[in-house]
Amino acid sequence: MKSQAGLLLLIAVPAMASASALAAPREDLLAGYAAQAKQDDPGFAGFSAARGEAFHRRSFGRGKVDTPACTSCHADDPRAAGKTPAGKIIDPVALSASPSRYADPAKVRKWFGRNCKEVLGRACTAQEKGDWLSFMLSQ
Amino acid sequence: MDLPYRPVALGLLALAFSALVWQRAQAGGSHYFPPVSDPVVVEECGSCHLAFPPSMLPASSWKRMMSELKNHFGDDARVDAATATHISDYLMSNAGDTGGRRYSDKLLRGTSTSKAPLRITELERWVGEHREVPAWEWRHKDVRSKANCLACHSGAERGYYDDD
Ligand code: HEC
Ligand code: HEC
Ligand code: HEC
Repeated sequence: MKSQAGLLLLIAVPAMASASALAAPREDLLAGYAAQAKQDDPGFAGFSAARGEAFHRRSFGRGKVDTPACTSCHADDPRAAGKTPAGKIIDPVALSASPSRYADPAKVRKWFGRNCKEVLGRACTAQEKGDWLSFMLSQ
Repeated sequence: MDLPYRPVALGLLALAFSALVWQRAQAGGSHYFPPVSDPVVVEECGSCHLAFPPSMLPASSWKRMMSELKNHFGDDARVDAATATHISDYLMSNAGDTGGRRYSDKLLRGTSTSKAPLRITELERWVGEHREVPAWEWRHKDVRSKANCLACHSGAERGYYDDD
């Protein structure tokens, strides 16, 4: 039932139709963000991997001083490994390079929560999360 | 039954001896601290930095840290309640003044457990061991943080902090 509802939403969102081949948890995740984005903005017109890419590289500098951008820890090229300020290596965030990623919605929620606050000084919107995730799933 | 008593006994003796030597080697220097072996703790406490060995701080420190995860050195490191209990139990039972005492001996000497220090890198002994590290080295782009043990101790993930 749940994934059927997700599928319907995916079909309803044209930009995401190509994502329907993905495994169910990622599908559900994107569908959830799409539903939220539509609620936030009735003019919501789907997610864009290109916008997600720009978001990934943009310097916000509104969170912690040493982490102005997602790329302060994740690599500029999402297929490459990143590194935290304390020196811990982070596996690539592109799905193609780390096939087990984004399968655990609680993990995704946890890190969006932490990382958005550290970079933007606020929570990310559903649109931002969906765009970023679309970029990573397309990589 | 024709048990080969002597070889068994000899084998056991040899085993006991090598276990003793092994244990002394491990506990002897202040350079071996068993790494975190619990996968939940590795996952939750080893993503932003090395999963620090529990024997490097007293139990009171871990207790305090686990109660303040919402503001963990400026980060939000909160986990759900069941996970937090699991992590606390692991850290506190392997702490430097509980299950991990024989490893922590030198590092925690002079540390008051009632103060519950949150940083390994501010322990008197830790500061002493690192007195000779020059300022430029701390600032080096491959180091940047004192908490980046792995930059200088390449064996840190296996628990080794000797000269290398
Ligand atoms: C301070 C360093 C840091 C910054 C800055 C950072 N991240 Fe992360 N991120 C991490 C760490 C550490 C992990 C967890 C380790 C892992 O999953 O390999 C992670 C994991 C994630 C995950 C979960 C991946 C999964 O497998 O479920 C998402 C989503 C994420 N980050 C998004 C972002 C976004 C979006 C930004 C920018 C707004 C960002 N991150 C900036 C350190 C950072
Ligand atoms: C979201 C990222 C994040 C997570 C998750 C996290 N930490 Fe930290 N931790 C930090 C940061 C940032 C620092 C400060 C590092 C620095 O000074 O460079 C830190 C520092 C520490 C220190 C002190 C290091 C020193 O200087 O001696 C300890 C000990 C520690 N963390 C333990 C833990 C434990 C235990 C957990 C799991 C419950 C945990 N951390 C989870 C980000 C994190
Ligand atoms: C900039 C490099 C650097 C960083 C980063 C660093 N250390 Fe060290 N550490 C050294 C040097 C140099 C020594 C002294 C030489 C030696 O005896 O290994 C030392 C010594 C030690 C010793 C004593 C070893 C012994 O044989 O008695 C311990 C324990 C130790 N460090 C733990 C840590 C921990 C834990 C961290 C991270 C929280 C850390 N170090 C981070 C350079 C560093």
